[in-house]
Amino acid sequence: MTKHLDHRGRPIIAITGFGVVSSLGEGWQDNWRKLTSGVSGIHRITRFPTEHLRTTMAGTVDFLAGANGSSYERTFGFAKSAASEALVMAGTPEGSFGGALVVAAPPVEIEWAERFELDKLGRASDSDSAGYRAMVSAAHGNAPLAAKRAARFGEVAANLQAEFGSRGLPITLSTACASGATAIQTAAEMLHRGETDRALAIGTDGSVTAEALIRFSLLSALSTQNDDPKTASKPFSKDRDGFVMAEGAGAFVLETLEAAKARGAKVLGILAGCGECADDFHRTRSKPDGSPAIAAVRRALDDAGITPGEVDYINAHGTSTPENDKMEYMSLTSVFGERLGGTPISSNKSMIGHTLTAAGAIEAVFSLLAIRESTLPPTVNHQNPDPAIDLDVVPNEKRDATVSRVLSNSFGFGGQNACLVIAAEPE
Amino acid sequence: MVSSLGVGTDAHMPAALGKAEPVIDAETFAPFLVHPLSEVEWATQISKRDQRQMEQWQRTGTFAAGLALEDAGISTDDPLRSAIDMTVAAAGGERDVEVDEHILQTMADGANDAQTLVNEKLSTDLRPTLFLAQLSNLLAGNISIVHKVTGSSRTFMGEEGAGLSAIQNSVARIKTGQSDIALVGASYNGQHWDTILTNEALAKVARGTFKPVFDRTDGGDESGLVPGSGGAFLVLEEMEHAKARDAKIYAIITDAVSDQGLDERFDKRMTALADYANLEGAACIISTASGAPARTAAEKAFLDTLNKPYRETTSTIGFMREVQSIMASALTALAMDAGQTPFGMEVDHDGPTAVLCVGHLSAEGVILIEGAPR
Repeated sequence: MTKHLDHRGRPIIAITGFGVVSSLGEGWQDNWRKLTSGVSGIHRITRFPTEHLRTTMAGTVDFLAGANGSSYERTFGFAKSAASEALVMAGTPEGSFGGALVVAAPPVEIEWAERFELDKLGRASDSDSAGYRAMVSAAHGNAPLAAKRAARFGEVAANLQAEFGSRGLPITLSTACASGATAIQTAAEMLHRGETDRALAIGTDGSVTAEALIRFSLLSALSTQNDDPKTASKPFSKDRDGFVMAEGAGAFVLETLEAAKARGAKVLGILAGCGECADDFHRTRSKPDGSPAIAAVRRALDDAGITPGEVDYINAHGTSTPENDKMEYMSLTSVFGERLGGTPISSNKSMIGHTLTAAGAIEAVFSLLAIRESTLPPTVNHQNPDPAIDLDVVPNEKRDATVSRVLSNSFGFGGQNACLVIAAEPE
Repeated sequence: MVSSLGVGTDAHMPAALGKAEPVIDAETFAPFLVHPLSEVEWATQISKRDQRQMEQWQRTGTFAAGLALEDAGISTDDPLRSAIDMTVAAAGGERDVEVDEHILQTMADGANDAQTLVNEKLSTDLRPTLFLAQLSNLLAGNISIVHKVTGSSRTFMGEEGAGLSAIQNSVARIKTGQSDIALVGASYNGQHWDTILTNEALAKVARGTFKPVFDRTDGGDESGLVPGSGGAFLVLEEMEHAKARDAKIYAIITDAVSDQGLDERFDKRMTALADYANLEGAACIISTASGAPARTAAEKAFLDTLNKPYRETTSTIGFMREVQSIMASALTALAMDAGQTPFGMEVDHDGPTAVLCVGHLSAEGVILIEGAPR
């Protein structure tokens, strides 16, 4: 029994399934092959017109069915794909998962296509002038399904629950760009508490729309290096100028190691630790001393019962914004000290862009793959290193390495900081 | 607590004891009814500078969170604030109605490319920082900034279910030692055209003459939701932790349970929840019925099978979606602290009060609350 408990006496958490969708492809094999070959999924946007937009590229997922539909269809569809892959891998009963569901999903709003449609309907029946009164008069009883789906924050989780047969009220959460990591952490805590033997944790985001791009542009958060989309995301480079929005989903099936062994499931890795800390400095900027990010990293390492020296690879948040990359470097320097120079750290966002709500989950999947495949994915577009950031970013080319423990960082707007430690199965 | 009834615990005591009359605004959004936010002296909790970064939903929640921390005796400079685990149930923020209507009108006037029009107008007309006032997790973000709550910060989404999960998850974390002290809450702005639109699209908003929620189930004009504005935050704390710092204890949450599933299995789920939460042992029920016709009728049918006194919060204070179960728990705790039964119900045996939450679209749950030991 005790061999299935961690250093804090809690059940050890096994990862028994994982799945991923990104602009690189559907499924882990396609993603991993491209990610380790330095392929970029960033491209010019074709899904909607980009006139008047300052940024005209993104890592949209255009190849799945429904990808040209609404944000709901994408967000649900990507989650379904990643979760299906993870569940098949885990070998849990199809359609009756029977454990908890925790989903990180983007906030929802009725989209412009439906607003125009409602407005038109409202004007036709009530001959009102255009606007909210017209939309409201059309909404009751006549709201298009797409509007209803877009208006409900619990819609994605409820439909995933129905699809996979999870148990109980699912949790949908948002901690901005840390959401995917927080979903995994929230599921892990449920397993530690003994509320459930297994949990499905998903981060998903299909919310690249013109309005979303404009909102981030107005905050000056996005790269405007539109001429060459594939090289626009360049974390830790001197000429980085913002992140590139992107879509995708990542999923984990988590179980207590005991439950996984008891049912003869293949253990693919261990979720060894989680740490978080909120920042009270500013809505979009981090505290100048980096203390909240430092605390999140330290808490994750403590939670896993390891020292910085035992981390073999860091999967960076690495957004490619001037501020984030500098802050992440500073925070890691503070925790790792001189050892940091010897710890490779790379950013998947150099290839897949910033998948926002999904990022923490997708990057957790890639962190696990680094362990399983003994390969570090590179940071591409690293031609012009920032001299103020002295890191081994695994520049441009993948690297073979034996990896037992990975630290995966997620930092978001609103002072959200969450870190995960993922490890190989103990001998 | 903040609502149409006022600001703070004193202003809500009449509601907690069942003696408050609803405040209704039938004009501003006519023919729809809303419970308007009362006068709030924002500056008592939020600096002018920070107020400018928020719209009404975030401002209301940040204000209510400040009241809760103050009421719990945790002053602004108390280092305990950096150990508090915060869970906020949130939706998204207010859209700019003027910008939206300008775009819709330009299209109605014969513009021919809707998508390009949206790109152009939004790029030039949106206030750059409005996005931050709209982001779901920025209510929690503002609470961290304004009130220095930094232990951890999580935002749950998903209508009434989010509020329910926020309480349930925080209670579970405290019970198992994952957390010592939590700040749990939500806020809602019922006075916004986008809120009316969402509620009309998903359910139905009541028009005309105001009726109590259980009389709003026939699907007619006067049936449906009457949105309210307000917020409620609770400080939840492990008992010994609370005692050690001499905190005032309003009440005890003994358990919180929830479920969700298909409509046709509603009765089955309710029976199971009743069993699981031992509703049999409860002295009375506080219902958070929304007024959405079908789900409210189904809830009433269930309540009538229990043979227990029950009263509903929403008739007095309005439908506040994510806030529902949190506000009802706060009102219940308030009555218990005054040594009364919630809503002045006459009970025939001792036992906890069960806060019953049946969401207007989905999610069901029970929060069991007992008086503090005297």
